[in-house]
Amino acid sequence: MSEGAPRSDAAAILGRIREALRLPAKPAGAAAPGHAPGSAEIQPWLPHVGPTFDDRVAAFAAQAAVLRAEFFRFPTLAAAAHYVRDLAAQEKWDRAATHDAPLPRALLAEGGVLSWNVAEGYDKQALEAAPVGVTGCEALVAQTGSVLVSSRASGGRALSVLPSHHVVIATADQLVADLPAAFARVTAAYGKDLPSLLSFVTGPSRTGDIERILVLGAHGPKRLTILLVDEAA
Amino acid sequence: MKVTLFVPCFVDQLFPHAAVSMVEVIERLGHTVDYPEEQTCCGQPPFNSGYWDQARAVAERTLRVFRDAEVVVAGSGSCGTMFKVFYPELFHHTPFEAEAKALAAKTYEFSEFLVKKLGVTDVGARFDGRVTFHDGCHALRELKLKEEPRQLLRAVRGLDLVEMKEAETCCGFGGTFAVKFPQISTAMDEVKCHSIVETGADVVVSNDSSCLMQITGYLNRHGQAVRGMHLAEILASR
Amino acid sequence: MSTAASTFQHDATAAAADRPRRDFIRFALSGYFAKRRVTQDAYGDWQAARQAAAEIKFEAVNHLDTYLEEFTRNAEARGTKVFWASNSAQARDYILNLCREKEIRSIVKSKTMTSEEIHLNDALEHAGYGVVESDLGELIVQLRKEAPYHFVFPCMHLKRDEISATFEEKLGSAPTDDPEELTMIARRHLRQEFCRADLGISGANFLIAETGTLSITENEGNARLTAALPRIHVALVGIEKVLPKLADLALLLPMLGTAGAAQLLTAYNSLYGGPRQPGEVDGPEEFHIVLLDNHRTRLLADPEQRDSLHCIRCGACLNVCPIFKNVGGHTYGTTYQGPIGSVITPHLRGLQDWKHLSNASSLCGACTETCPVKIDLHHHLLQNRRNAVAQKPVGWEKALYRGFVFLMNRPGLYRLSGKFSPLGLRLQAVVQGTVLDPLRAWTKTRDLPPAPPKTFKQLWAERRAGGPR
Repeated sequence: MSEGAPRSDAAAILGRIREALRLPAKPAGAAAPGHAPGSAEIQPWLPHVGPTFDDRVAAFAAQAAVLRAEFFRFPTLAAAAHYVRDLAAQEKWDRAATHDAPLPRALLAEGGVLSWNVAEGYDKQALEAAPVGVTGCEALVAQTGSVLVSSRASGGRALSVLPSHHVVIATADQLVADLPAAFARVTAAYGKDLPSLLSFVTGPSRTGDIERILVLGAHGPKRLTILLVDEAA
Repeated sequence: MKVTLFVPCFVDQLFPHAAVSMVEVIERLGHTVDYPEEQTCCGQPPFNSGYWDQARAVAERTLRVFRDAEVVVAGSGSCGTMFKVFYPELFHHTPFEAEAKALAAKTYEFSEFLVKKLGVTDVGARFDGRVTFHDGCHALRELKLKEEPRQLLRAVRGLDLVEMKEAETCCGFGGTFAVKFPQISTAMDEVKCHSIVETGADVVVSNDSSCLMQITGYLNRHGQAVRGMHLAEILASR
Repeated sequence: MSTAASTFQHDATAAAADRPRRDFIRFALSGYFAKRRVTQDAYGDWQAARQAAAEIKFEAVNHLDTYLEEFTRNAEARGTKVFWASNSAQARDYILNLCREKEIRSIVKSKTMTSEEIHLNDALEHAGYGVVESDLGELIVQLRKEAPYHFVFPCMHLKRDEISATFEEKLGSAPTDDPEELTMIARRHLRQEFCRADLGISGANFLIAETGTLSITENEGNARLTAALPRIHVALVGIEKVLPKLADLALLLPMLGTAGAAQLLTAYNSLYGGPRQPGEVDGPEEFHIVLLDNHRTRLLADPEQRDSLHCIRCGACLNVCPIFKNVGGHTYGTTYQGPIGSVITPHLRGLQDWKHLSNASSLCGACTETCPVKIDLHHHLLQNRRNAVAQKPVGWEKALYRGFVFLMNRPGLYRLSGKFSPLGLRLQAVVQGTVLDPLRAWTKTRDLPPAPPKTFKQLWAERRAGGPR
């Protein structure tokens, strides 16, 4: 820190906090009783998802439809690659931007789609102009229809949000029931060393700022395509 | 049972017929009405303006007036709220705390008394006309009364009950708010009255006369034919 | 009356008279209400969810020192720099100093109401830095040199033709009345700014003590870009935003989405755990979090109103408030509008100067009913009134209530006054509509009820005496 730098006022703030907390407040929600204050453990108050894999797929698909995210399920990677081949031709992708992970690379290679790898370093303008970013993910969340991306599993921070079309590929084991399960999964995988970015992507980018009318593609991707492959092998 | 009536000061002065109707209905159901004549006010005006010492000065006396009552029926949602919700707070950590809690426990708003205490929804009333119900905010949100007035109205013969879109939206009275911020109060009144007129109702009914004063004040100024009546007046009709 | 109070009255009058604008706001919110009902119905038990959310926030706020320290430790362990700012000046100075030291040329911002609170944009612009707001609503009001109208929906008061005119004038775009085209104009304009910026400034919705991460909730993706592309990311966050555990987000993120935008989850809920880590493809070289007190410890020190710090800034209380809907966000004249703003602004900016916000309410309680974390909002307004009077009673008002007590504690006198009220009303009728009318505040827009021939007391006394009912 240089000479002119302001000094962090932690001690003063903590002092004021401790002084303030000497007086106890009434328990939470005390003014509106009706539920005995119990443990703050997350109970299933959020939409229920059934126990089976097919239940999770159905819940995810239903959410994705409402969110206007495209969701496809394939028995094999080859089938998904076939779909991507057709998509690339239809959308006239010159080159897809992707990252250094086996699944998205295999998807594009098998689909015969030209790609380039952001892990080798990238020019921001080039990524901005890319027609599509193809990434892996940490998980799919059935309860909310979310894709959990991360800076480790999805090629950094920008790849999944800067190009105007985001295609993400996941395998069956990555489809979890709900948000608590998603958090448990990343904690189990990374422990204290979490990726510097984790993001629940729930549908394409959107805004309602203009007369509360829904418009997709405000700054993030206008189009989100989610591919679920039963078997990666 | 002996029912002790609390008649809000503005009902006493401006809408006595609402209180008369309450007496009629309670007596028709076979109970005795007692009205301690020394009662005056629950203390809400100074309370809402932040003058809690003055509110306490009035409330202390009111506590005494109702000390020996078994059951108290308050003639408006807002006064009922004073007794049930705010008196325990006003007298917290004072010698009157126990008494305030006792009064809170034995007080009912009028529709609350009929439906929850007596278990009655049909009082043998008849009223021909289309009616819409305005939920006074105190009764709705402090006393948690929503269905009770509607259950009573649905049992009235000849009455056509319609819901307005903005039934739960505040009419804009709010006590001194109505004269301290008259432009906001009137704008809220406008929204409420528009919603009432939209229903095609002949009468707007509420369990709070101060709301009715605000609503009819606007309706009359704008030449609308819709009348305002207290719930008790409808229930007293034969 | 403070300057702020008289400005409020003036602006409220103008806003209340603007029926088309008021109708537009109510129409704009009707979609939110319809959608929120549906989203809330999907919850197993919304009321239980509110209680659980309230308990999480209660735990956090009532052990704020512990959790802030834990947060700082864990964040710093990942390379994040945490700066504690007691007030606006310290926060601004830190950020300005950073801009100087790091030779910042271009700044992009995602939405942060805390930056409005400390007037950061003004300070940056004054120091010669251009600041680009990337949130669509914030961009629009920035171009119009207006304050945000609602802290979640900054331009909810504007119609598409007004937005188009602003874009035509400031961005040189072609006129259009299509919301999608308008959005694309902003998108195209901002793409380059994201790529150009060397500093990204954001806010945060939550801080997670357990992991030292910062959580941002948004729909557009501009915060994600703000935290991805520039080489430095600074987040400005109120100290009350801290939550104990990562798993707490599993409830708070949907509560925020549902109450704030009628969405189970917004499009992007992102957790930032540090600057770019070894092995990661991109991300800022430096990540700074500025924790802001700015009188939040004053609120903390009021045990009655401490739960105001539970606020997750969802804006739901604004959406249900009939005052907000009729006077609009600009009338409040301060960073935080609506019921939460009316509760906390007297604490943050001075009770006597801002008590009028707590007075300008009918205390209907719709705010308290809707709050996802069960803040006792409308009762806090009442408490602010009591506190204002205790600190400095208003002379004539105190005299008035003293007179009121005198009258009400003497039933004989009260009964006597009842005899005069029909006369009083008749006298008033003579002066009604003129400046002599003492009830002018009422009678200007509303009729008075007719004077009944007898009071209830008189009728009862007659009945007791065996006369007619």
